[in-house]
This record gives sequence, structure tokens and C-alpha cells, in this order.
Amino acid sequence: MATINFNVNGQRQSVDAPPQMPLLWVLRDTLGLTGTKFGCGMGLCGACTVHIDGQAQRSCSTQISAVSGKTITTIEGLSPNGTHRVQQAWLEVDVPQCGYCQPGQIMSAAALLSKTPNPTDTEIDSAMRGNICRCGTYQSIRAAIHRAAQGGRR
Amino acid sequence: MNTKLDRRSFLKVGGAAAGGLLVGFYLPGKGELAAQSTGSIKNLNAFVHIGTDDLVTFVIHKPENGQGTTTSLAQLLAEELEVDWNKIRWEYAPIAQVYASGGLQGTVGSQAVRTTYNPLRQAGAVAREMLKQAAAQQWGIDKAQCRAENSTIVNTVTNARLSYGSLADAASQLTPPVANTIQLKPASEFKVVGKPTKRLDTPAKIAGKAEFALDVRRPGMLHAVVARCPVTGGSVASFDATAAKGVTGVKHVVQIPEGVAVVADNTWSAMEGRKALVVQWNEGENAALNTEAIRDILTKATATPGNVATKRGEGEAALATSAKLIEAIYEAPYLAHAPMEPFTCVADVKTNSCEVWVGSQLPSVANGNAIQASGLQANQINLHTLYMGGGFGMRGGGAYVTEAVGISKALGIPIKVTYTREDDLQTDRFRPASYVRFKAGMDAAGKLMTWTARASCSSFSAQGMRNGVDREGVAGIDDTLYSIPNIQVEYREPGIKIPTNYWRSVGHSQNTFFTESFIDEVAIAAGKDPVEFRRELLANQPRLLGALNLAAEKAGWDKPLPAGRARGVAAVNCFGSFNAQIAEISIVQGKVRVHRVVSAVDCGIAVNPAGVEQQMQSAIVYGLSAALRGNITFERGRVQQTNFHQYEPLRMDEMPVIETYIVPSTNNPGGMGEVGTPAIAPAVGNAIFKATGKRVRRMPFSLETFV
Repeated sequence: MATINFNVNGQRQSVDAPPQMPLLWVLRDTLGLTGTKFGCGMGLCGACTVHIDGQAQRSCSTQISAVSGKTITTIEGLSPNGTHRVQQAWLEVDVPQCGYCQPGQIMSAAALLSKTPNPTDTEIDSAMRGNICRCGTYQSIRAAIHRAAQGGRR
Repeated sequence: MNTKLDRRSFLKVGGAAAGGLLVGFYLPGKGELAAQSTGSIKNLNAFVHIGTDDLVTFVIHKPENGQGTTTSLAQLLAEELEVDWNKIRWEYAPIAQVYASGGLQGTVGSQAVRTTYNPLRQAGAVAREMLKQAAAQQWGIDKAQCRAENSTIVNTVTNARLSYGSLADAASQLTPPVANTIQLKPASEFKVVGKPTKRLDTPAKIAGKAEFALDVRRPGMLHAVVARCPVTGGSVASFDATAAKGVTGVKHVVQIPEGVAVVADNTWSAMEGRKALVVQWNEGENAALNTEAIRDILTKATATPGNVATKRGEGEAALATSAKLIEAIYEAPYLAHAPMEPFTCVADVKTNSCEVWVGSQLPSVANGNAIQASGLQANQINLHTLYMGGGFGMRGGGAYVTEAVGISKALGIPIKVTYTREDDLQTDRFRPASYVRFKAGMDAAGKLMTWTARASCSSFSAQGMRNGVDREGVAGIDDTLYSIPNIQVEYREPGIKIPTNYWRSVGHSQNTFFTESFIDEVAIAAGKDPVEFRRELLANQPRLLGALNLAAEKAGWDKPLPAGRARGVAAVNCFGSFNAQIAEISIVQGKVRVHRVVSAVDCGIAVNPAGVEQQMQSAIVYGLSAALRGNITFERGRVQQTNFHQYEPLRMDEMPVIETYIVPSTNNPGGMGEVGTPAIAPAVGNAIFKATGKRVRRMPFSLETFV
């Protein structure tokens, strides 16, 4: 067991956990932040995507010891009430179907737009291909990312 | 006064409603409604509750697995109720007979909208008439002098208005009118139905607040994963828990009928504990089974005549008089469902009660699982239906429920069972592998005269078997709408002991690939254009012909394509709807790249056209993932695919542009959840033939290389 200190959604956290425990399960089971989802456990599907120091990362494949001193943002911390421009674009396009993968999709999209404010389709493909959606909402996701990008220029 | 007693029972007022659905009462007891509302809640019937604060709560009895039932069922309820859409809330129905049809409560077979189209509009109308009656009594006028409008009842004499909330108490005391005596609006007057409508579940789903079973947390709850025999059908011989119990966080190791459960204070510790667990298995009768052996069984099962599913005209005998005979063998593999949320269930079993939190397409089945595994009575079960992270036919209930209940009962604490992705892929009940031998006979003019097929695949379900024929095993083969004088389709159950289950579009998921590819072969052999050939065969089928013509027009079927691009077409009638798709592809480095899919659908009245478009895209992506590389294989009885790197769904960079066109219709709604899945594989396969001259007769297409 190790004591890991880090920041989640603006709050300091101190967690006693085995150092190799994935961040995903610390967020979900220890801290009760269940918006971040489990899909594969191998970094293959992106359902567990969070921001670590602003970068989109797969929390299922990130050991808790690796986030010591870092700043984590989960879907719950992206905005107070679903008001982040990516979430708003998701709402306007009505993207989700089953919705399970969408927190990860939104976190990946938000990270993309923070670096690439007006991405091309190819840049969207490259940033989003790690996020699987079995409901096939990809076309809506692409439209929503473009919409959020335009909103960002206002 | 026995109103309360009446509300506890189920008052049948509309027994003639389609699908056996009744308008009745139930009394909510969970406090969920009260949490959403500031006023008291009045039940006008099983589907419509009105709060004294004017909030209207719709009870949704077809669970949401992404297919949009929450929204489309709310639209149906709202249409006759004349309710302000901004004042509606919804909750899932509890388990009750009033919400069941055909003995099942839930959503299967793309039936949610088509079976509720009349009953839910009637339920809205019944509630509206009760509100009008209450207002009429208060004003001392005739009900006919009242009109419902935007969550108020209007006095047509004085123009006074009373809000629904202010009438809720009085209305709830009235005897409901008989549902089918109320005249429903004609489609031309619809205000909600038929209009593109935003989903009611989106706000929760973009904020990470939508609750799936995986997200449920209960006081004192522990987390379990289950070690199950890697060979399907096997069982535990013995196990040694010493090392597992030494893993940090592991609290219990307990044997249950399904395997050995490792229980820990978090999910990851349970997974780590399972890695350390030593289990000896009785591998059972599938221990030597592999994919090649299965293929051999299917080959032999179709080598001789099977049970006749359909015979029309002279059947197979007519082949003898053919001017031209074409034969082909088509194959499809096992497929897993692989919803994004692996199977998860939370149970809290006490001496006299069992509480279950679960996403289930069939809550009544999950409830039955809980009764059985807990050993308690039906009235001691309290099942909470949650959002499903996809289902695709598999999330009906079964092991994930019985395991959670069984472990909780054994340990006396709340338990969450989580499947890993490996568990999901390896213990699924699969879409069966299938093998079909076709023969087609044409006359001298190239007209298709005779169509025969011998099919074999494991039965999808025992209930589907009729006279030795699994109806799903031949669906899409023997029920073709093409005008063919002689048809003979046979089926043989191959006796393979791998568990199977419904998979989005069921028998059509493989059979439409077979038939629509083979019909393309016949068209080419006849020297005809594939769309034109189908048009001739559909001359008496206006709805499928209409969808085909619309797809051909929108795709520009007759217009040239850039070099390297090719188009293929397929058409299908299933789940009460009619769909034609045209896929545009190219071959890139030996692999298929799908650029554009034009899909035209006649689904009757499109209750939510935005939802129809979503479902079409969803169904096509699901079918395309399977067509391009979906393949579950077995070696020594073990599934060889462990995770998404070996069973990889379509990803964003492979997504074609999908254009959906809805054929205008005044017919009652057809199904939409599954209708888009079958046609994509043959549309792409036929395009591959056009591009390369190579006929693809086996799924997935990744088994072939193209140049």
C-alpha cells in the first residue's frame, strides 16, 4: 500500500492504495466518481478517458502511483452542470444513444479541442479512433466536435 | 371509498388494446417520483402520473439501451395528453403485469414502438379525458365544453383555464373511461409524433450522471468477479483460494453454481484475486471443440435434405427444368454482442428481501432470475431497472443476475458483480455460426424461377423451433418478398453445444448477407443490373420497392463513380420495416474501405425521425463491424478472442458517411432498432464484387484479401 496525493476536479485527494492499482478503480470505487467508465481494462476502448495534467489518458491503464502530484479532471469536473462547450455541442447534436462510452468520448474531444481548436476530419479521426462506440454514434460525434470548434471561435 | 384499493390492483380498462397492453394503475412505492416532484403525485393510469405541481411523469416500460424508447414512448404518451413537453419527467416501470406483453416485460424484437403505438396514445387520451372531466365538474359544465391544451384544460365557454396540476387530485378519483372508446387524432393532426425530437436521456448522459448498474454503490457493498470455466458448458472440479485470499483487498472467495467468486473491497482487487485463484475445471463436452470442427458439422448438416421450412410451387423439383442453374455456399461465424458496458449487476439479499439493480432488456426475466437465485417470493424482490450500456439482444438477464444474487445471498452483504471484457467475450451466448447451400434456377430469358436453400445453424432459442425448423435460422431466406414461383428452404439443427442468443437482427444478421449476395449473383448471371433485377422481382411489393427506388435515386445508382470506387445494393424486409442500402467502397491496400452508405427506410410512421436516423446509423455500424472483421472462434472449446484488439468494432476513422432517407408513410410504425443491420454486409459484399470481380461468400470479409 502507498499513500498517493493528487488533485481530482479541483479537490486534493489522498488515497491509500496498492501502487499498481489503476486510476480508474480509484476514481470509481474509492472516490465514487462513477462517470468514468470501464470498458476493456487494456486502453483499447477509451471509455475510461480522463485528463491528467490536461492530456487525455486511459485511466484503466494508468497506475495510481503514476498520478502522484498530478491534476486529474473527470467528466464530473469538466463543467459544473454539463455546460462545457463540448457537452453543449453533444446536447445540441443529441449525440448519445446508450451513452456509456460518451464520458470518454467527451473527454477525448475536449482534450483535442484544447490543443487543436478547429480540427479537420482527419485530426478528429486520429484523436478519436481510440474511443469505441458500439452504438455507432461516430457521425454525430464528428458533427458535435465541429460544432464545438465553431462555438469556441465566438 | 376504495380508490386506494383500486389503485393497488390493476384495473383493466382497455383490454382490447394491441399487444395485450392494458391501461391500469400501479402505486409507486420507491420514492423516486416524489424526489423529482415538489407536489404530491396522482396516478391517472399506469403510464401517466400528474403532480399537483404540474409536473407530468411518464412511466416508461420499454427499457433504454440506446435505441431511444424513453423519448419515443414519451412522444406517444404526450400526443393525446396535450402536455407541455417541458413539464414532463419519466421513470422506468416497476415489474407488473400491466407492463408485460406476451408474458414478457421489456424490449426485444424491435417492438417497443410498434406494439405501443396505439396503447400509449390511448393511455394519454384516457388521462386527458379524466382531467377534462375533473375540470367540467369544477366548472359545472359538460365535458364536451372542455378542451385540453398545453397542460391546461380550457373552458370553451368562458376561456378560463385550469392547470393539469390543479386538477390532478380530482381527476385521480374518477373512474377512467374505456380506452378504446376514445377517438384518437389522425396522423395529420399530430403535434409531437412524427416530429424530430431531442432525446430525454441526453442531459444525464453528457454529464456522466446517467446511472448504469456498474455505477451503483450501496452501503457495505463489496465487489465480485467470478472465475468461470474457460470451456463453455464446463464446471468447477476443485479450487484453492489460498493465494487469492492473500491479495490485498480480497475479503471472500465463494463457490457459486456459475463458478468461483472472488469478493473484494474494490473491483481491481477482485480481479487481482481472481488471477491468483487456482481452479481445476471439469471442461465438459466442448473440451475438444474448435472452429474447423464446427464448420465440418455445418457442412455435413447441409449435405443431405433437412426439415422443410417453406415449400412454394414445385419447390426443389423445379430446378430440373431450369435453363441456367447457379449454386453457391455461404457462411457466417459466431459473433459476440460486446456492448460497451460489460455485464454488471448489484444485489442485496436479506432474509426476507432481495433488492437488485440491473440494466436489462427484459426486467421480468431478470426479476425471475432474482426469484430463483434468492429462493424468495416474487413480492419480496425489488428490482431497479437502470440504463443499459448497450444490449444488442444479450442483456436480458441470466448469469450476471443470478451470480450477483447468489453471492449476496451466500455472504449476506450487498454485492456488485462486474464482468471484465474478457469475461464478456468468452462467456457470451453467441450469434450462431451458419452455413447455407443455395441453388437458383432461371428460365431462358434470365427470369428467376426457382430458389432453394439448405441452412444449418444452432437454434437461436428453443422457443423459435417449429417442426424441426428454427424460424430465425431461415428468416430472410424463406420469407423473401421477391416474386419467385418455386421456393424450397430447409433447415437442420446441427447439435453444436455452444450457447446462442439473439443478436441485433437475429437470423437476418447472417441470412440477409447470404440471400442478398446470392440474388446479386443471380442478377449478374442473368446479365442484369442488380437494382433493375430486384425491381422486377419486387413489382408487387410497393413498400420494399419504394425503399429501393429511393435509395437508388439518392445514391445516384445510375451515375458514374470516381475511378476505384464501386457500389453495391441490398434490400430487406424485417421487423415490420423495409430497408434498402447502397454502399460505396474502394479497396485500399487489400482491405475494404466503406466511404458512403445511402439507406432508405420505410418504417411506417416515423414516431421520432431523429431517432430513426440514429438507429439507422447505429444498426449499420453494428452490422459493418461484423461484416468487416467480427469473428468469434474456438480452440479446445475456448473462445480465442479476449478483448477489443481481437474483436475490434468499427472505429471513428473507418466510419462511412451514412445518409438516411425515410419513405413517407401513413402505415403504423414498424421496428427500427434492428432493421438497418442486415443489409450492410451484402451491400458492401456486392460492391466488393463490382470493384474486384471476387464474390465474397463468407463473413467476415477480413478472411479474404482483395486486389
